[in-house]
Amino acid sequence: MANSTEPAAEAVTGAATEAAGHVAEAAGHVAEKAGMPQLDFATFPNQIFWLVVALVMIYLVLSRVALPRIGGILADRQGTITNDLAAAEDLKASALAAEKAYEQALVDARAEAQKIIAEARAVIQAEVDEATAHADAEIAARAAESERRIGEIRASAVDSVREVARDTAAALVAALGGSVDAKAIATAVTARLKG
Amino acid sequence: MASETESEGLAFHPMDQFIVRPLFGGETVHWYTPTNATLWMALTILAVVLFFVTGTRGRAIVPSRIQSIAELGYGFVHKMVEDVAGKDALKFFPYIFTLFCFIVFSNFLGLLPRAFTTTSHIAVTAVMAVAVFLTVTIVGFVKNGAAFLGLFWVSSAPLALRPVLALIEVISYFVRPVSHSIRLAGNMMAGHAVIKVFAAFAPLVLISGIGVVVTPLSIIAITAMYGLEILVAFIQAYVFTILTCVYLKDALHPHH
Repeated sequence: MANSTEPAAEAVTGAATEAAGHVAEAAGHVAEKAGMPQLDFATFPNQIFWLVVALVMIYLVLSRVALPRIGGILADRQGTITNDLAAAEDLKASALAAEKAYEQALVDARAEAQKIIAEARAVIQAEVDEATAHADAEIAARAAESERRIGEIRASAVDSVREVARDTAAALVAALGGSVDAKAIATAVTARLKG
Repeated sequence: MASETESEGLAFHPMDQFIVRPLFGGETVHWYTPTNATLWMALTILAVVLFFVTGTRGRAIVPSRIQSIAELGYGFVHKMVEDVAGKDALKFFPYIFTLFCFIVFSNFLGLLPRAFTTTSHIAVTAVMAVAVFLTVTIVGFVKNGAAFLGLFWVSSAPLALRPVLALIEVISYFVRPVSHSIRLAGNMMAGHAVIKVFAAFAPLVLISGIGVVVTPLSIIAITAMYGLEILVAFIQAYVFTILTCVYLKDALHPHH
């Protein structure tokens, strides 16, 4: 490090010395009495005294106030950056977890929906089956009732026909001048109806 | 007549800017007299306070501009001390930062027109260089005892050469404060004096016909020198600080 700075410093010093030479020459020609105020030893105690005062004050200001404060600021910033990065990492992890939970919830919901659909379908099927059975039974009952009524009507119709036939036969017999034997007529009509 | 006007008009006093004068009249400069040097040192302290105390008052996590500069300066010197002189040199960081701040602010304040550049005086730079020299020497002996003298005994050289090298090393060790102080003062003085010489040529156009050429040239030269001086103001503060770190490294690790 020293080796890399020294030559640069020497180069600057060299240029400065050269320039100073020119200046000294110019100064020498034009203002003979000027000289170098830097070598006026009478001002040395004054400059050294005030320099020491200035350096001590700067040192106190820096070491008591400024440097601890700036060091604190830099440490705080480093801490903030570290914390923020950690927090970002946490948030990322929780975002991933939330995404996973969401996916899981979606899957669960889908399964639940399937289950509900299946249940509903089963319930409806059962209701339909029951209604169908009920309707079938009703139909069967109505059909049986109708059958019975038709039977009754038919039976009553046959009775009416027998009555009419007997009455007609009795009337015919009477008209033909025979005596009306109710029993014989009934037997004859029944025999005919059977035939 | 013409030559008389010229000698009146072109006044070459490039070194007058360095004269230490009492601030409130009078002629004699006692050790306690407030002088222009006192004034510009006070302004340096003011600048340090402004940048490093007022500027960092917010303690903002996202820094303001001045706070950024303060942090930049802190980081720059802190890293320099750590890299050059090692971690155990960090307890000297406040001292080194004090020197750096004083030099860099004095150098830049000295670039203001009509300013007095305290760091252009050998008395000032010599005190700082000698302080560094004494600190480094004392720290070297306290830390390493007599082993600090091993700094002068180049054990990697052939045995016959070592006494000669030791002599050279001792001489170069004692020349350190001289080069350390003259480098800074010389640079600051030379640059300011050169600017002043060119400035003296600038009003030539008012006096003689040749000024049509000379005046623009000298104004361009002043501008160029000023730019260079801004660079030098920082580089010399940097060089002084890094050499302090190098010397401190020798004191803490003489065998490295």
